[in-house]
Amino acid sequence: MTDHTTGDIHNQVVEDHHQETSTKLIWRTFWILLLITVFEVGVAFTSLPKGFLKWLYITLTIVKAYFIVFNFMHLKHERTQFARIILLPFFLILYLIIMALTEGLYIKELTNYVMNF
Amino acid sequence: MSTEAVVNPENTPGTTESSAWSGGKSPFAISWGKMYMWFFLVSDAFTFSGLLIAYGTLRNRFHDLWPKANDVFTHFPFYSGHVPLAYVALMTFILIMSSVTMVLAVDAGHKMDRNKVALWMFLTIIGGFMFVGSQAWEWYHFIEGSEVGRMVDGTVIHGANLVRNEYGHPLFADFFFFITGFHGFHVFSGVVINIIIFLNVLSGTYDKRGHYEQVEKVGLYWHFVDLVWVFVFTFFYLL
Repeated sequence: MTDHTTGDIHNQVVEDHHQETSTKLIWRTFWILLLITVFEVGVAFTSLPKGFLKWLYITLTIVKAYFIVFNFMHLKHERTQFARIILLPFFLILYLIIMALTEGLYIKELTNYVMNF
Repeated sequence: MSTEAVVNPENTPGTTESSAWSGGKSPFAISWGKMYMWFFLVSDAFTFSGLLIAYGTLRNRFHDLWPKANDVFTHFPFYSGHVPLAYVALMTFILIMSSVTMVLAVDAGHKMDRNKVALWMFLTIIGGFMFVGSQAWEWYHFIEGSEVGRMVDGTVIHGANLVRNEYGHPLFADFFFFITGFHGFHVFSGVVINIIIFLNVLSGTYDKRGHYEQVEKVGLYWHFVDLVWVFVFTFFYLL
């Protein structure tokens, strides 16, 4: 009985995805991910400024995360409302990053100050 | 679902026929199993975020003593030269590749093609074992350290463990073992779950059930493991 119900919803889901994930899209995503990774490793050996590289890496990581979540995990094919429910909590992570990293720098400066005092 | 379950919109005040919430159908058009897997992955993403943010905070705190990954992970199998980042790039490639075979298995599941699902699942399991093996190799070289070592308080130390680290601050080693270990444990459990699902595919469980949704669920978990590695790769090895 339980299996039967799950099956019905599953069929509804499959009908909703009018465009089945084509093998072509999967391989295209693979090449994009591979090229970004190769580019990241290559750029590590250049003498570009550190501050620029940091932001370049963070941007490229988020681009890769987008391709994995939307193309491999098919979040693109779920209802928009559902995708929002999944993605919205990550604003909290952004908040924590800003708080915690600032705190780390502050403790370092404070320790240096106390030691020199 | 049977027709009795459908609510007649005319008898229900405040709802319209087009509303997804008027009952009788799944509002997000997603089965409970997949939805719960998504919710679990969100909470797991929070755990990994917490660990990586703790890493970033203490890295900022001990900025001067923090080792550069380029100086630590320089080994490559069957090659004695100095090749920073090459091996971890290969590990990343293995994990992306196994993600591709997993999504191909999910795709074959939509088409109810049992042989193809089994083939792609099998390749995913191989990729998972290769990744876990690579990680063990990486750990071995980090624990062993270099032949020269480093002088600390009058003694030469080689390699790293939870209390000392040849390459810099001991906290780097602690975070490395904890975060890559936690991720490696995720990969290992993913491989175990993949094997269970693979055996179910072989015995025709999902043909009898009429759909391959179980493969989709384990696929979501597997892609998540790949996703976490993308972040670990950036924050541990590139930055």
